[in-house]
Amino acid sequence: MSDVHVRKRGGFIEHTLEGLHAAMERALYAETVASRRGLLQQLDPRVKVAGLLSLVVAVALAAKLWLIGAILALAVTVACLSAIPLRVIAGRAWLGALLFSGMIATPAIFLTPGTPLYGLPITVQGLRTASFLVLRAVSAATLMLALVYTTPWNHVLKALRIFRVPVVFVVILGMTCRYILLLLETAHQMFESRKSRTVNAITPAEQRRLAVAGSGVLLGKTLQMSDEVYLAMRARGFRGEVFLLEDFHMRKLDWLALGTFALLAAFSIWAGR
Amino acid sequence: MHIPDGYLSPATCATLYAGCVPFWRMALQRVKKGLHSRQVPLLSLFAAFSFVIMMFNLPLPGGTTGHATGIGLATVVIGPWAAMLAVSVALIVQALFFGDGGVTAIGANCFNMAIAGSLVAYAVYRLIAGRSALASARRVVAAGLAGYVAINVSALLAAVEFGIQPLLYKDAAGTPLYCPYPLSIAIPAMMIGHLTIAGLAELAVSAGVVAFLQRSDLSLLRSTAGKLIDAAQALPPAAARPLRALWAGLAALMVLTPLGILAAGSAWGEWMASDYANPAARAQIAAASFNHGAPQLAPQGLQRLSSVWTAPFARYAPPYIRGVAFGYLLSAMFGVGLIVVAILLLGRFTQNAVRAGPEAV
Repeated sequence: MSDVHVRKRGGFIEHTLEGLHAAMERALYAETVASRRGLLQQLDPRVKVAGLLSLVVAVALAAKLWLIGAILALAVTVACLSAIPLRVIAGRAWLGALLFSGMIATPAIFLTPGTPLYGLPITVQGLRTASFLVLRAVSAATLMLALVYTTPWNHVLKALRIFRVPVVFVVILGMTCRYILLLLETAHQMFESRKSRTVNAITPAEQRRLAVAGSGVLLGKTLQMSDEVYLAMRARGFRGEVFLLEDFHMRKLDWLALGTFALLAAFSIWAGR
Repeated sequence: MHIPDGYLSPATCATLYAGCVPFWRMALQRVKKGLHSRQVPLLSLFAAFSFVIMMFNLPLPGGTTGHATGIGLATVVIGPWAAMLAVSVALIVQALFFGDGGVTAIGANCFNMAIAGSLVAYAVYRLIAGRSALASARRVVAAGLAGYVAINVSALLAAVEFGIQPLLYKDAAGTPLYCPYPLSIAIPAMMIGHLTIAGLAELAVSAGVVAFLQRSDLSLLRSTAGKLIDAAQALPPAAARPLRALWAGLAALMVLTPLGILAAGSAWGEWMASDYANPAARAQIAAASFNHGAPQLAPQGLQRLSSVWTAPFARYAPPYIRGVAFGYLLSAMFGVGLIVVAILLLGRFTQNAVRAGPEAV
């Protein structure tokens, strides 16, 4: 019984801390990889956003497994050429997608009506549909990882302007990304300070109170910070109009890459019908 | 709840993206109208808060854990339109940078959680909270149920989107190309988890944080509260109707006071010292006292004290008023007026004493 208590001690706090730490670490690691020399790092962010998202769409449209597999292989190759280690791709893109989609897809192998496979209680159609689900999830996750690990996040957001996303929305997204890191840090400190004061097992009811009180305090800090940020913006001349500094320049390499992405996406969509 | 890439067909995703656009536009317009230039940092910070709160693991009864999306809480604090934008921004950031939810499914996730969720949460919150006071327990229940219903409606929408995929998108061999589960499986599979674990987490966070705000910063609940019935505002609308009826009744009674003239004699025991010398009055006293005759002389104490104070409206018949009925009416008006003034003064004195109390402490 005491073992159970020992195992559970601080479990909720540690679990939350791990999640917060993982999110911060992901953001910081992305900044590190984006500053390395690599294939995708050389390209204009707009080319990367348009090219890689068009491949994600091609994956979604594809009705052939081999094609999705080919796009996945291409995505892994490009990511590795962009200084993203394979273990990072496996750990951050594949593990979650495989676990989640694998769990969702597994029953489909048995439940989908169709031709039985070698007399087993599974069907060909079930296996194929489960493969579609998992391969698409893994491929899209890899392509997105290649994008956000090789491009500073504010550049990704600025590049969304090519899809006619309103400037105010891009600015809000950019500020959100920045303050997510700050609030993650604040939440991390709150839970860590609580953990440092915990000397005994915390009952589930107490854990719930702790999580709710933490949320309430964070909400108060958020709104207070919002006022402070607004005043700081006003002090710097903000009058309600938002602008973006468009400092991207297309070079020959970017045009070449854009053409390649366009060809690949067009071929994938045509071949995947 | 966050739909990944590959579960919905591109056509479904495009439809839901298109479905989001008018709501986003309307939300931006409404938020601009209400918040002006303050909207940018407020929405950004609240989106960041929604993102972070989704990472809080909440222990639930039964030993499991869940995490809330914060839809109900965001709606209660900043209103449905601002919440719609803030939660959308959080979902977009999650999908783009953290791999939580698919990029092609951003429209679906925003439609289910940010748009439908916020509107449902707001409707439930306002319906249950009514015009209750900001600090009332009813608002805690309303916020909890708003979060619970919102997350379940979002889950139901996602389940329907999943469930229609095998009906619409299959290859020649009958292989479902996207989510393979029909509505009969998708709906129960989604709803069981959300009606229990995820719904409870949402309920606990929404209700718990609103209860927390009621103790720490009540003003944060004001923007979505509508018209309130609280201690400061309740009296004029709530008490006006009964007070009007009271005044009308009082006026009617005052008009009817001359009816008192019709009653013969004095009330038992309310005799004056002079009545003892008046044969007619003595006869009335005897008749009202089971034929026990009154003493010949007025009691000495009564005789002595009756001259201490002479009422200006003695026997409700001021000496300067000729008409008895008018004298009665004037006496009634004067008496009621005195009582009302006395009560108003007393009320004012009491309020001042209450206001001064905490400061004195």
